[in-house]
Amino acid sequence: MARITFLEAIMQAQQEEMQRDDKVFIMGEDVRCNVFGTTTGFVDAFGAERVRDTPISENGFIGAAGGAAMVGMRPIVDATISSFLFPAMDQICSIIAKSRYIYGGQAKLPLVIRSCLFYGNSNAAQHSDRPYPMFMNMPGLKIIAPSCASDMKGLLKAAVRSDDPVLSFEDSTCWMAKDEVPEGEHVIPLGKGDIKREGSDVTIIGIAGGVNVALKAARALEQEGISAEVIDPRTLVPLDRELILQSVRKTGRAICVDPAHMTCSAASEISATIVENAFDALRAPVLRVTTPDTHLPFSPHIEKPLYPSVERIVDAARKVVGTRQTQPA
Amino acid sequence: MTSTGENDPRLEKYRRMQRIRQFEAKAEKIHADGEIPGALHTYAGMEASGVGSCMALRDDDYMVGTHRSHGHPIAKGAKLRPLMAELLGKKTGVCSGKGGSMHLSDFSMGSLGETSIVGSGGPVTAGAALGAKLQGLDRVALCFFGDGASSEGAIHEGMNLAAVWSLPAIFVCENNRFGMSTPTSDAVAGENVADRAHGYGIPGVIVDGQDVDAVEAAVREAVDRARAGKGPTLIETKTYRYGDHAVNMGRELTPRGPEHDDWVKRDPITIYRQRLIEAGVAEADLDAIDTAVADEVADALQFARDSEYPVFEEAFDDVFVDRLPIPAEVQAHA
Ligand SMILES: Cc1ncc(C[n+]2csc(CCOP(=O)(O)OP(=O)(O)O)c2C)c(N)n1
Ligand SMILES: [Mg+2]
Repeated sequence: MARITFLEAIMQAQQEEMQRDDKVFIMGEDVRCNVFGTTTGFVDAFGAERVRDTPISENGFIGAAGGAAMVGMRPIVDATISSFLFPAMDQICSIIAKSRYIYGGQAKLPLVIRSCLFYGNSNAAQHSDRPYPMFMNMPGLKIIAPSCASDMKGLLKAAVRSDDPVLSFEDSTCWMAKDEVPEGEHVIPLGKGDIKREGSDVTIIGIAGGVNVALKAARALEQEGISAEVIDPRTLVPLDRELILQSVRKTGRAICVDPAHMTCSAASEISATIVENAFDALRAPVLRVTTPDTHLPFSPHIEKPLYPSVERIVDAARKVVGTRQTQPA
Repeated sequence: MTSTGENDPRLEKYRRMQRIRQFEAKAEKIHADGEIPGALHTYAGMEASGVGSCMALRDDDYMVGTHRSHGHPIAKGAKLRPLMAELLGKKTGVCSGKGGSMHLSDFSMGSLGETSIVGSGGPVTAGAALGAKLQGLDRVALCFFGDGASSEGAIHEGMNLAAVWSLPAIFVCENNRFGMSTPTSDAVAGENVADRAHGYGIPGVIVDGQDVDAVEAAVREAVDRARAGKGPTLIETKTYRYGDHAVNMGRELTPRGPEHDDWVKRDPITIYRQRLIEAGVAEADLDAIDTAVADEVADALQFARDSEYPVFEEAFDDVFVDRLPIPAEVQAHA
């Protein structure tokens, strides 16, 4: 075990997988110069053929990753900021997500498309997207959105080994946080959530960086005598619905914390899952703490309050815990 | 007595280049001090490309730019106060504090956006040219894009549309030799971006981007062509950015070669100043412009500092025509 940052965890996962399997290679804009610190020393270690700088043409190189995957390679695409996936929607949604299906299982696309959620720092609307819900609505794409270094490493390694296309959404609010991370074979299966904190009064399901805000809120709630359980699905597709339902059946209350916009967010999907499957256990309405359906402005004074905060989560918890209904039989 | 030469287009070119240089020098400094949030991409070194292009345009002509957005509006004649206020995230900013450094876009000066998604201005330009044509306006639309942006499909699609429909558009590729850390030669196939014009059957022109007169002449010819209904032109200005991709990042991304010093020696403002002096303009007149511009920049900064930040409710304006409803639980903690 070593204490490393989220970014170092990405670096390690990529490094180990490239060492393990020479079909794995990485490409993206400015990866050689290592803008975010996830490819440190890679050119020396693996050579420029396997660490490729691309032109600024996302639809081109993300689509090309799909093509390379079809013929046996296992590309990792570093798409840098998730907003830059939009120019590549065509290849991601029409080719990468659908080829296996259209061709009746003949095509295999083992590729990983990494990008970060770059919000909260006055980068304005065109750079601040958290677009994983849009991709959750497109079958054929597995999606990871980890909240800590250990999960990041384990899930990214699983993503590289997966024979399905995986989108990795890396929350920049987690980048510098350190965590104990196992060295070597640390692989977390896709689709398995994690209980980050046990509690009995309310289940808070966090998405990506939302998990860390939820954990802070849970500590604050403890002072008020409210015991919150924090669940991190870690993978959004496939979603560990059973883990969430188990927790809600125990606590009878649920809050979904998601930095994405509210409408059709991951929080919306999770809320619907709870209401459909654990309605009998619910003692209060399921609440979503998300970013409202407006764009993200540049001016920091009006940007920052838009995201889920400890205060908003604490308020939501007070509300659901205060809403006492008759105990289900 | 010196004059600031309001009506002499030569002095106006000089003034606008000075404005960009001094505006950004101030911005870079206060960004380092933490007064400007977000990333700051400076245009220093590229002033002749923007000013030469815009001097060939009319006020009512359209223009679309990029994340490197400070130079274009100033080149087109925008006032400095709302630009500086925008950098500080103030309500009086040209985009009401919504856009910031990557989006200094003054629609009152014909801008249709400075867009930070690389390449995304190409189709907008074609569309503006189409709109002008369909409405019988004799306006043209000019697209600034980078060497890096030339690899985006959207740039190609915009140019092809403009060519096949013979639209009044001008595509100006500001080739500053890098896209972030990547040298143009590693990202762009072929020798010159302008060479692609042959593929579209339109003129492709390469111009010295450090020579404001040369840029202006090339763009003027393209504008005349466009206004005459003869279709678009692709112009490549060979230029150079002095700063790193974005400034004050604590780390240099751009690998500088030995040619860096040669480029800095060919400073567009110095070259033009020298040319004006040789043509008989009094140095004192140019100095007076420098001083007047410094005053304008100081005034703009004062205005920006004195301005209010937007209030929280404004985060919900301009998604649509009508303000969005504000969720009470969000409002409660704003
Ligand atoms: C679609 C998209 N991909 C990537 C980026 C990140 N990015 C911002 S500027 C830039 C380099 C652009 O290079 P160029 O077009 O030459 O413009 P310059 O910065 O040199 O003015 C990159 C890669 C982006 N903003 N948008
Ligand atoms: Mg460039």
